[in-house]
Amino acid sequence: MTKEKEIVKFKGVWAYYNHHPALQDINFSIHEKDFLGIIGPNGGGKTTLLKIILCLLKPRRGTVTVLGKDPCESRSQIGYVPQKSYFDKNFPIDVWQATLMGLYNQTGLFRRYSRGDKKKAEEALERVSMLEYRNRQIGELSGGQQKRVFIARALASDPKLLLLDEPMESVDPKVQGELYSLLKELQQEMAIVLVSHDITAISIYVDEIACLNQTLVYHGTKEISDEVLEDTYQCPIHLIAHGTVPHRVLKEHL
Amino acid sequence: MFDIFGYHFMQNALMAGLLASVACGIIGAYVVSKKIVFISGGIAHASFGGIGLGYFLGISPVLGATGFGLLSAIAMGLTTRKTKLPEDTVIGILWAAGMALGAIFIGLTPGYTTDLFSYLFGNILTVPDSELLLILILDVVILGVVALLYKEFLAVSFDEEYSTVIGMPTEKIYLTMLCLIALTIVVMIRVVGIIMVIALLTIPASLARQFTHNMKKMMALSVLFSIIFTFTGLMLSYWLDLASGATIIITGVVIFALVIAIRKLISSRGLPSKKM
Repeated sequence: MTKEKEIVKFKGVWAYYNHHPALQDINFSIHEKDFLGIIGPNGGGKTTLLKIILCLLKPRRGTVTVLGKDPCESRSQIGYVPQKSYFDKNFPIDVWQATLMGLYNQTGLFRRYSRGDKKKAEEALERVSMLEYRNRQIGELSGGQQKRVFIARALASDPKLLLLDEPMESVDPKVQGELYSLLKELQQEMAIVLVSHDITAISIYVDEIACLNQTLVYHGTKEISDEVLEDTYQCPIHLIAHGTVPHRVLKEHL
Repeated sequence: MFDIFGYHFMQNALMAGLLASVACGIIGAYVVSKKIVFISGGIAHASFGGIGLGYFLGISPVLGATGFGLLSAIAMGLTTRKTKLPEDTVIGILWAAGMALGAIFIGLTPGYTTDLFSYLFGNILTVPDSELLLILILDVVILGVVALLYKEFLAVSFDEEYSTVIGMPTEKIYLTMLCLIALTIVVMIRVVGIIMVIALLTIPASLARQFTHNMKKMMALSVLFSIIFTFTGLMLSYWLDLASGATIIITGVVIFALVIAIRKLISSRGLPSKKM
């Protein structure tokens, strides 16, 4: 089997937030069809890491490449699903218009969406099973449905990398399970990275886990030790599995 | 009873009302949806500085208001984004600063400033032909920019964070939107005056939102409501001999309150409220 293509590569990356180090010497790679979960406490640098990948922030030191290029040049190849809370539920926009937004990079400033753009938006909604809701106002949907629409918005531009920020926050366990199986399907075509402060949000569907608290401890395998988690969170952590989402059983680190 | 439409001043008034409704209906939809009512009020009041400057320099006060309005729109947009000051504080300060400058300029201007009152509270019955032309030009500019940046305005209004992530120049788009608000305010000065502009930017759009969740339909309905308010208010003010600007606003407020109350009554009786 040929070596999988490198989608993201961090090499000796340092970043600062208000003069405090947010990321210290981060080294890791994400390959084609990887499914990586990055967990860590709030303020641990997760947002900074995402911002660097999304070209919203330049690292102080080190190099970052996305699809072999500078993150800013690869921006159109990344699909981003933001945290839930940042939009107005009453905003006059329907599912269709919200999904089309994801095509901005293809369409460009001043241009109208083309027929091809609309076809892509339609396919993206179809993939997340939300096409029948295309005329619904966004706030009328359930939390899980909204999440699906935002995934469709990210998928519309045919990304090679899908970034999800706290995707399981305030989503009930049943819907979490559905979202995970959707992501698992999408993994056939792209690398997926999800970021969360909630360790219970990382299900067994996630192939690899990295713990981030200024430094990154990367676990290429399917296991993670209490010790690493404690180091990351700096307080004792108990792993609790609940609901219908299957969670991994974590082994003792030798 | 309809003889009044034969008068030139009445034809100009209706034309001004129609043109102003187009601008405020469309821009009002953004003001209401993006919840930037307060910043719009700030731009409106700050542009009073331009009215004063116009008197002082002996140029058209409306022209002064255009420049001042654009300037204060950019100043407010940049200060609220670039500094860590709370947005409402910045708006409050610039709001008062513009009005203060206006008062000083007017104080420095020798002689009696005749139609000052009409800039503050509107006087749709005294729109000269030259100003009608200016309103028409501004309307074309506003419509043109909205047509060009429709999808960008929608994206930035709905989800600014995501718009930034996907590489949209969100700050420039936001500043452009604030400038369009400034131009809309200029268009409406004659109709309802600087003080009450904010009512025509919010009432028609907010009422339109009650009937649709589609931005384009909301704009169209909002223009329609604005025309209804302006024309009804104008007729009432003529027949009852009341101030035109204030009557237009009160007409809007009363219709708005009635619609909200009726919808509340219908929904509390369990009937489904239909949306387009």
